Amino acid sequence: MLDDFFMRALLAGVGVALVAGPLGCFIVWRRMAYFGDTLSHAALLGVALSLLLEVNTTLAVFVVSAALSLVLILLRKRETLSSDALLGLLSHGALAVGLVCLAFMTWVRMDLLGLLFGDILAVSRSDIGVVYVGGAMVLAVLIWIWRPLFAATVNPDLAAAEGLNPERVNLVFMFLMAAVIAIAMKIVGVLLITALLIMPAATARRFSTSPEQMAVLSALFGALAVISGLFGSLEWDTPSGPSIVVAALTLFMVSLMPMSFGRGDKKNREGEIS
Amino acid sequence: MTSENEKSCLLRLEQAGVRRSERWLVRGVDLSVAAGEIVTLIGPNGSGKSTTAKMALGILKPTDGKAYRRPGLRIGYVPQKLMIDWTLPLNVRRFMSLTSRLDEGEAKAALERTGVSHLMQAEVRHLSGGEMQRVLLARAIARKPDLLVLDEPVQGVDYSGEIAIYDLISKLGEELGCGILMISHDLHVVMAATDQVVCLNGHVCCRGTPTAVSQSPAFRELFGHRAGAALAVYEHHHDHVHLPDGRVRHADGSVTDDCAGEHCADDHTHHHGHAEVATGSEVKTHA
Repeated sequence: MLDDFFMRALLAGVGVALVAGPLGCFIVWRRMAYFGDTLSHAALLGVALSLLLEVNTTLAVFVVSAALSLVLILLRKRETLSSDALLGLLSHGALAVGLVCLAFMTWVRMDLLGLLFGDILAVSRSDIGVVYVGGAMVLAVLIWIWRPLFAATVNPDLAAAEGLNPERVNLVFMFLMAAVIAIAMKIVGVLLITALLIMPAATARRFSTSPEQMAVLSALFGALAVISGLFGSLEWDTPSGPSIVVAALTLFMVSLMPMSFGRGDKKNREGEIS
Repeated sequence: MTSENEKSCLLRLEQAGVRRSERWLVRGVDLSVAAGEIVTLIGPNGSGKSTTAKMALGILKPTDGKAYRRPGLRIGYVPQKLMIDWTLPLNVRRFMSLTSRLDEGEAKAALERTGVSHLMQAEVRHLSGGEMQRVLLARAIARKPDLLVLDEPVQGVDYSGEIAIYDLISKLGEELGCGILMISHDLHVVMAATDQVVCLNGHVCCRGTPTAVSQSPAFRELFGHRAGAALAVYEHHHDHVHLPDGRVRHADGSVTDDCAGEHCADDHTHHHGHAEVATGSEVKTHA
């Protein structure tokens, strides 16, 4: 079964989605979408470095993303540029440096499109292993820090006052993001990872009454998007990343449609508009 | 400080201050809260009240001086503002167990205490200002804290709700026997239940019992004379009485048509002997 490239892509994609969904909820709640973008753009630099130093790609991407989030935390503390200007600077800086590095390495023949948009053909057995082992670790840590992380999301001062150390959980959360980006890169591509994080969470919001429920639902919506996107990609010979994102977008649009049951009440819709 | 005080002391700041890029937000603060004591920080906007509270809580490290908290101190915190975005599905029940596990019964009991147990399943972002403050209070006391820290606990609450909440806070303080550190930019009602007032203006400008603070020249300079007038109600100076026919009987027994004179020019407070919080409403309208 695992000999079939499509089956491998499907398995890996679903694995990524199950991890990306819950993590994506926090990105939505904390308004960190642009931060996710920055980290994933840095992934390209990670790929370039891995080729240069001949080390494992996933590991290199994780290290570069994690290092970038540390730099960001330090720069923020110095209170010089505004946070979004810093993000833009680091995001495009890392992307550009990565692309330039790749261009210098003339001896490497690199499928740049596959890197940017994902490539289902590229998913190997060991990739699946990385997705599931890495993914399980990310989820385990996320569950472990869930209460303090959620409290810090609602109100950092409150969490700190009641002894939950928000700075430490924020740091752990950033490392989790870096890890997810590293394992998701092959499936959806560098440019579209943030979409896989945000879209299922945004879709799940409408149907959730508690944060935990939203996390589970976004994992499921993400998996659904991956499955339908990959089938579409196979059917119409489109790159896997964009196909998955289009499927996730479709799910989101459907979730916006007025529904007569349960919680599709007035108040919820007011919230969506604002 | 006696050894007894030392034992019951929950937290203490010694000459503590915070500096941010060459500017002192607040400096040289001495402060301590003991079990069962209510300490109120007052001061104008930007006077360093919140910064001081954050030092006391350990959210901010003092640049200068020392912050001591009793080891293992359990804190219940009511933040100044709590904005819940639409993206966050959060009902009151889940919010109650935000920082520590809490079973259904405990959550309900705490909400009952603050009078909002009917809101258990309500979405947090749909609460009104007064409901929100009551839920925040319930969450803080459900933790069975040794110390309650309240940052402007009546923000976004209308005036009659304000009195009710202060009433509730002093009642809770008595029932739970915990220390309370309260921040307010507002002076009138809050002072009634306070044991100690620390008035800040970038430094400690004056401190003491509400009465002593209200009479201190530094305080009056900072807040104007009316602030002092608003507090006079708690002193029970029955120096004149308003008779039903509108005339006024003074302390020396003489009766005049109105209360024109020294004590009415500034602190025109019709006090009728009860130092309850409710009296505050009269104070405010006259002050």
